[in-house]
Order: sequence, then C-alpha cells, then structure tokens
Amino acid sequence: MAHAATHHEGTNYLNHERGLWSWLTTLDHKRIGILYFITVFFFFFIGGIFALLIRTELFKTGVTVMGPETYNQVFTYHGAVMVFLVIIPGIPAFLGNFFLPIQIGAKDVAFPRLNLMSWYCLILGAVFAVSSLFVGGADTGWTFYTPYSISLKPGVVLMVVGAFIAGFSSILTGLNFIATVHKLRAPGMTMNRIPLFIWALYSTSIIQILATPVLAITLLLIAAENIFQIGFFDPALGGDPVLFQHFFWFYSHPAVYIMILPAFGVISELIAAFSRKTIFGYTAIAYSSLAIAAVSFFVWGHHMFVSGQSEVAGVLFSVLTMLVGVPTAIKLFNWIATLYKASINLASPMLFALGFLFLFTIGGVTGIFLATTALDVHLHDTYFVVAHFHYVMVGGTLMALVGGLYYWFPKMFGRMVNETLGRVSFFFIFAGFNVTFFPQFVLGAKGMPRRYFDYLPEFEHLNQISTIGSYMIGIGFVVVFIAVIHALLKGEKAGDNPWGAKTLEWTTSSPPPHENFLKTPIVTAGPYEYR
Amino acid sequence: MIWWPSVASAQPTTFMPPVATAIAGQYNGLYGFLLAASFISFVGVVAAMIYFVVKYRRRSENDKTAYITHNHALEFMWSFIPFVLFMFVFSWGWIIYSRMRTFPEDALEVHVVAKKWDWRFIYKNGKEVTSSVDANNKRVPPTMVVPLGRPVKLIMASERQVPSTPLSEAPTDRAVIHSFYVPAFRVKQDVVPGRYTALWFQADQPGEYWVFCAEYCGTSHFDMTAKIKVVSVDEFENWLASEGAGELPLAELGRQVYAQKACIGCHTLDGRPSVGPTWKGLWGRKVQTDKGEFVADEDYIRESILEPNAKKVKGFENAVMPPYTGTITEDEIRAVIEFIKTLK
Repeated sequence: MAHAATHHEGTNYLNHERGLWSWLTTLDHKRIGILYFITVFFFFFIGGIFALLIRTELFKTGVTVMGPETYNQVFTYHGAVMVFLVIIPGIPAFLGNFFLPIQIGAKDVAFPRLNLMSWYCLILGAVFAVSSLFVGGADTGWTFYTPYSISLKPGVVLMVVGAFIAGFSSILTGLNFIATVHKLRAPGMTMNRIPLFIWALYSTSIIQILATPVLAITLLLIAAENIFQIGFFDPALGGDPVLFQHFFWFYSHPAVYIMILPAFGVISELIAAFSRKTIFGYTAIAYSSLAIAAVSFFVWGHHMFVSGQSEVAGVLFSVLTMLVGVPTAIKLFNWIATLYKASINLASPMLFALGFLFLFTIGGVTGIFLATTALDVHLHDTYFVVAHFHYVMVGGTLMALVGGLYYWFPKMFGRMVNETLGRVSFFFIFAGFNVTFFPQFVLGAKGMPRRYFDYLPEFEHLNQISTIGSYMIGIGFVVVFIAVIHALLKGEKAGDNPWGAKTLEWTTSSPPPHENFLKTPIVTAGPYEYR
Repeated sequence: MIWWPSVASAQPTTFMPPVATAIAGQYNGLYGFLLAASFISFVGVVAAMIYFVVKYRRRSENDKTAYITHNHALEFMWSFIPFVLFMFVFSWGWIIYSRMRTFPEDALEVHVVAKKWDWRFIYKNGKEVTSSVDANNKRVPPTMVVPLGRPVKLIMASERQVPSTPLSEAPTDRAVIHSFYVPAFRVKQDVVPGRYTALWFQADQPGEYWVFCAEYCGTSHFDMTAKIKVVSVDEFENWLASEGAGELPLAELGRQVYAQKACIGCHTLDGRPSVGPTWKGLWGRKVQTDKGEFVADEDYIRESILEPNAKKVKGFENAVMPPYTGTITEDEIRAVIEFIKTLK
C-alpha cells in the first residue's frame, strides 16, 4: 500500500508516458506547451543569429561581413522568424498552453487534438519558411510589401505559404483558448475570479481568430499573384499596391497586440506574486485588455500616413491610435500602484517584470510620437520605428517571456532556476537591450532609414554602440540557456509553491500530475487574495 | 522653444538633422514638447517604481501587505490626464500635418521619377538631372537644385528600370514603391507605381541636403540617394537656363505628342467639342463622367490616356478612343499633362 502511494506521488505529466513517440502524439496541453517551448526557443536562437549578423554588418560603413543582397535576406529572415515563429506563439502557445487550463482548474483545453494539430501547423509552416532558404531565399522584409514581393522568386512564395500555414496554428490556438475559458472553468471559478493572465490570453485569442484569417487571405493573394499573374496588387497587372498595405496592416496591427497582450498578463501575475499583494484595479486591467483588443482593429492606417492614403484617413487613424494609449497607460499605473505597501521580493522573475515596466514605458511613450501625424511623416521607416517596436516586442514581450519562464519553471519541471544565473542574465539582457536600441531612437530622429545595408559616415558611432549592445543581449540569452540546462540537470528541488503565490497552478504538485489536479479544485475566492 | 533647436540651420546637431524649412522648425517644436512630456512621465513612473521597491522590500516571510483593490478617483485621474495630453499632441500634430499637405498655388513644379535604384528630376523647361558614375565606378547621386524661399512641388512617379521592354520579357523588372525622404525638411512621401503622388517644401536655408529612399525597394535601396541644393533665386535661374538645359520644354514636347499620337483628331484646343471633349480649360476642372464627378488632375489624365473607357465624359459616352497602353511612354504622358496645364 505504502509503496503504491509513493509510486502514485512520483507520477507526473513528464513521466506519465515515455519515449519520443509519446511526445509527438501527446494530447496533454502541458506536453504540447513544452513542445512549443522547445520550438520557440529553437527559432529564437535562429532569429537571434540573424539579428547578430545584421548588427555585425552595421558595425561600420561599407561591407563588413556580407553584401547588400545577403543583408536584405538576413533582415527578412530575422523579422519573419521572430514575428511568426517566436513572438506570436511565444507566450500564448508555450506558457498559455501550459498554464491556461491549470489556472482555471481544468484538466486540459477544450479540444486537445486541435491543440496538437496547431503545433504541427507551426512546424509545417516553419518547414516551408525555412526551405525557402534553399531556393534562393526571400528578400522582401517580413512585411512582403507589393509590388516588390511580386518578384516571381520561388523563395518569396515558399515564405508566404509558410506564414500562411503558421497562421492556422495561431487561429486554432485562439479558438481552443476561448472555448476552454468559457466551458471548462472549475466550480466557483467565475469570470471575475480568473487570473489576469487568462484575461490577457482571452483578449489575445479574440484578435487571433478575427485578424489572422485576413492575413491568410492576403498571403494567398500574393501567392496567387506570383504563381498565376493575377493582378491584385501590382498596377502592371491592374492591381493596387496600397490595397495590400491596408490588408496587411489590418492583420498586422492587431498582431502587435497578439504579441504584447499575453506579456501584460504575465506581468500582472509576476507583480502580484512577488509583491504578495492583491493586484490594484483587477477589473480595470482585465477590461483594458479587451479595450485594446477592440480598438486595435481600427488603427491600421497609422502605418500608412505617407503611403498615399488620404489626409482625412491619416488624421482619423492618428486620433484612434491615441485612444490605444489610454488603456495601456491604465495598466502601467495599476502595476505601479500594486507595488505600494507591498512586500516585494526581488527574485529574478520580478527583476524581469520591473525591467519590463521600465522598457515598456519607453516603448509606449515613443508610440505616441509615431501616432502623431506630423512627427510620423519624418520618423516613419527610420530607425526610430525600429527602436520603438523593439522596445515593445523585446523590451516588453521577451522580458515577460523570460520572467514568466523563470517564474513557472519550478512548476513545469519541479526544479528551481539558479538565482545567480537568473540575475546575471537579467543584467546582460536589460543593459544590453538599452545599449542596443536607445541609440537607434537618435539615429531615426536624425533621419537614418531602416533596412539600410550602408549609411552615412555620421551615423557610424551610434551604430557601433548599438552593435556592442546586441552582443550583450546575446550573452544574456546564452546565460538564460545555461540557467535552464543547469536547472534541469542540477536545479534545487522545488516545492509545490516556492513563491507563495495564490493562483491555482500553485496548489497542485510540481510538476503537475497528468490531468493537473488529483481532485477538481473548488474555487471560493479571487486569484490574488493576499491578506 | 529656445531650449530646443527650432531655428533654421543647415548643419545637423547631435540629436537632430538640419532645420531647413519652416515646417522643420515646427516639427522640432512639437517633437521637443513631446520629448519633455515623455521624459517627465517616464521619470515619474520609474521613480515611483524604484521608491516602492526600496521602501516596501520584503523584510520577512510574514510581512503583511495592504489590501487595496481599487480607487476610482485615482483611476479616473490617470485615465483622463493622459487622454487630454494625447488629444493635445494629436491636435498639434494635425495642424502641422495639414500645413505639410496643403499645396501652395504658386509652387515651382518639378517632376520626379523613381526607379530601382535611382532618382531623376525633370524641370518644366525640359532640363533633367540624373545620377552619374565617377572614375571609381561609384555612383554619384543626382543633385536637384531649388530656389531659396520659394515653394517647390514635386510630382512623383515610380517606373520600371527599362520601361521599353515588355513585362513578359523582363518579368522581374517591375515598378515598386519608393519613398522620397528629406530629413532636413521633415517631409516624406511614398512614390507609388500606377499613380502620381506629390509633396512640397520651401527651403529657407541655403545648403545641400540628403534625399533618401525610405521604402525598402531591393538590393541597392540603401544607395538610392539624391541631394537637394538650395541656392538663391538668381543662382537658380542661371542654373536652370545653363548647364545643358533641356532642348525642349515639357509642354512643347506635349504639343508634339498631341499631334503625332493623333490626339489632335478628336480633341480641340479652342473649346469646341469634337469627337471627344476639348482640352481647353480641362486642367483642374470638375469633369462629369459616367462613374461620377472627378477633378481633372494628373492621375485622371493619365488614366484617360491609358484606359479611356475607365471613365467616360458625359455627352461623349459613345465616342470610341483606343487605349494608349503600350503605345505611349510615361515621359510622353508627363509632357501631355504639362501641355494640358498650359491650355487655360
């Protein structure tokens, strides 16, 4: 009897089944989350190599390590890999998959088979995208602007088809999450008791379902125009190139919120847990996610102030974009207010959360510059824009991703991440990030256009600082990798609730059992009841 | 804004490009204001964060924390104040933007042609400015010369590298989007194939300023530069009349095309309707067509030449005009447009 009980306690989702095949055919949301973990970090490594190649080439004027044609491909693959294969699936499909069902007290997502299929969609899409490298590659930038992308290059077609297929991973995951949140909450887990990470994923899912199909259609039109010469976008065939931009940004602007909303969710969890304090303005944070999701569909034209769209459209899109700033500011102030009269533990996940607040504030206020028509005319397509969106995507989303990884790692693998390694990685990523991207604001304000293989001599110093910073970020992520490997092999054993947090995932064992809870939890209070 | 350089200057500062137009000065004023507001907000947020982190750092595992769920007055404040600030900045931006996009009537018009990866400038007297190659086979960007203190309007088009080759024979030679960007003037406008786009500026500071292509257009996107040289009006007039000035003004070339391409058979220049509507007084007029009312601008005239059946003028619905796609060059269309502009 005693032996049987011990055996039962030692069983978790990791050793419930064994062998590679059991992983490739798993329907367990936690294992699928781990598959995404490996996939996303693998592609982050690839995209990161491309990033370092870009920065190395820009270290000095003229040819440093490659020619302009190679450079154009390198920044295209950096953008496409990071956007479609890292940042979009990063938090929702990895951390979301693992923790969404557990945080609402469910055994799994609503459609486990669809969940596995989503992962295969991402892999298949990635295979297509990467295979384009072997047929001459693509050099369109991740935005695929027409008519340049109607170049009859097979690499472009493969890349577009890859992004199309990967899009279905996003759509199906969103569908799954919405169904799960609505139908599988544990008894007592009302909508105003779900953690803010769930609210963020829920808002993200709405955007994924509504916006991604538009991208899919647009990418199909490009593929059709390339293969069959049907004139949708190229005026030489009777099409309209600006129409493409409308279609593309109708998806890709909401997609920016697909990338950042889940990060907001992670930050809410981290700040509450490491402050041991109920979150300030739960309702405001939850509804501001929905508000951002809603407004995000009406702002796409702010990417097109100088595209030839009408001035009236420019002004309307400018004022609508300003509206996004309000719910975003609300979140920021709520997080700061949560720190008031708290009990703050500066463990490495919290350092990443505080680093997020610092960097995201810069990313946010520079967004106001770009939303202002007269300023954007000058700043559009310069390094100012590059700096702005890296502050949001990297300073925001990636900081939250690493913070979330360190926070939930003990739950996922039953072992703690070494605190020293965690802090060292934070130092290099945070400092390196500012050294890399802050000078780019100045470069952009001075007029250096983006996607430039070479630049005026007067821009060289700032580019050199930026390149040195990028190597610091590189070192930081190597340390993250070492920290993860070290934790897996030699990490200190974690208890069920090492941080003393209140959400449901910390009530089950670390790592969780096959169906998350031995007994379905009954929920009687909100997610952050620290009294 | 004394603390921020909004006065004219032909030289870049540490943080900003030269200020060579009035618009650039106004840009700097707004940019400086927003930078200051952003800096104050950023410092406020980060200072509060650091203060709380230091003051409320965990002393023991048994720390008690306050249970504060919300505060309506505070939440209203920090929603409303940013909102007002954003609307203020939006309105200020709108004012400058509308100045950027309101074209002065008396502007000097220059045609700009973008292709992979070069700019070409065509003045109305037929003078053209193109890039050249130096002794080391390095590209020397074209230098466009403009008069000081006079508004200049650029009418821009994107074309193929070798427009005379049919697309079926050179499928990768396509006209793509470029963007005409002058940091010192704070202006930028995409140059879109299949239509004309325009921008204007009035340089108040003599000097030479860079033009960049800001929309990614392929291999030599980074090298698709030009220069704008701002000189006094006298110097400009001298330059325009000398240094291999064009043999034929654009409008004159347009008059020749009018005769040679048989436009003359159906369109009069004296106001009488013929097989087709007259060209006299056509420019800038509102034209009633079967697809609605349109202003006769560059795009309308170009479309009417290339695809006459796209919009048919009221009263001429039954007239038949052959499409000129493939039988007229973009340079000839530009000349016809300039010719029609002279037929007041």
